[in-house]
Amino acid sequence: MSAVLFFIAAIGALTGAIGVITLRNPFYSVLALVVHLICLAVLFLLLRAEFVAAAQVVVYAGAVMVLYVFVVAYVGGGEELAGGTALRILGPLFAIGLAVELCIAMLGSALKGISSKGAPYVLGFGTPRHIGTLFLTKYLFPFEVASLLLLAAAVGAVVLARRRRGLESEDEELELRIRAPRPVYTGTMAEAAGTRAIESAAPEPEAEAEEAPEPTHTGGW
Amino acid sequence: MAIGWYLTVSALIFAIGAAGVLTRRNPLVILLCLELMLNAANLALVAFSRMWGGEDGQVFALIVMVVAACEVTVGLGLIVALYRRRLPIDVDELNELHG
Repeated sequence: MSAVLFFIAAIGALTGAIGVITLRNPFYSVLALVVHLICLAVLFLLLRAEFVAAAQVVVYAGAVMVLYVFVVAYVGGGEELAGGTALRILGPLFAIGLAVELCIAMLGSALKGISSKGAPYVLGFGTPRHIGTLFLTKYLFPFEVASLLLLAAAVGAVVLARRRRGLESEDEELELRIRAPRPVYTGTMAEAAGTRAIESAAPEPEAEAEEAPEPTHTGGW
Repeated sequence: MAIGWYLTVSALIFAIGAAGVLTRRNPLVILLCLELMLNAANLALVAFSRMWGGEDGQVFALIVMVVAACEVTVGLGLIVALYRRRLPIDVDELNELHG
């Protein structure tokens, strides 16, 4: 049973990984990575790492992938042209060599445990209780450093992705206006402070009478 | 299943991720391939933790996940900044470090 589950999950993980690097559209690559992560969580469960598997699904396949999807939707994943560089031929060859080398290094390392099914299972192995105890006793310092690292990354991302300019130049402003016309009787803070002429002033009474739109019910049902 | 099988899968995923980093040119996909490589390392760590019967490897795997989340955050921030400056989203053309 566990062997069948292992092969299904392993094939799923490898397929997802190959999908990430071969699909042209970045959006599909992200979806393939989600499949890969979920299959990897199954492998973690087979290795009796319950808490790591749960964190993998919740944090990785949930939160981080949503972040990716947002950025792909924002940037707009254009179709990528095939590059004609030598790396496109040398890269896969290097990867095959790397895989062979890693397999030789790990499987030929004469570790006794490699061909066994692992250490005898003790009740409670890999549960949040044990992991949390380890985090708060033996690995307290890495735990605190990790929290500091997360804070630094959050601040860094905000600093990197913020708007650097204050006000746009006139033509950019116009382009923005064309893209999203501002409704009447609204204004910006720059106009209120007097640093820029008021653009969306109230329409002239004649123009309003000329158009004279009938009060139509657009809302409701 | 023997632990060696898990290690083999981990090595294959790592190699696939390395191939992706080398061949793809979209920085978004390169970040995804970095995730693949980090996940392969995670799988190896958890497999070794199962092999020895200690939970330290799982703690390492969780720390690796934290580092991966930080890397994703900063990397995606960089990509958004690139897009804001109307630079090409292509690592072959982004070969200057002008601020």
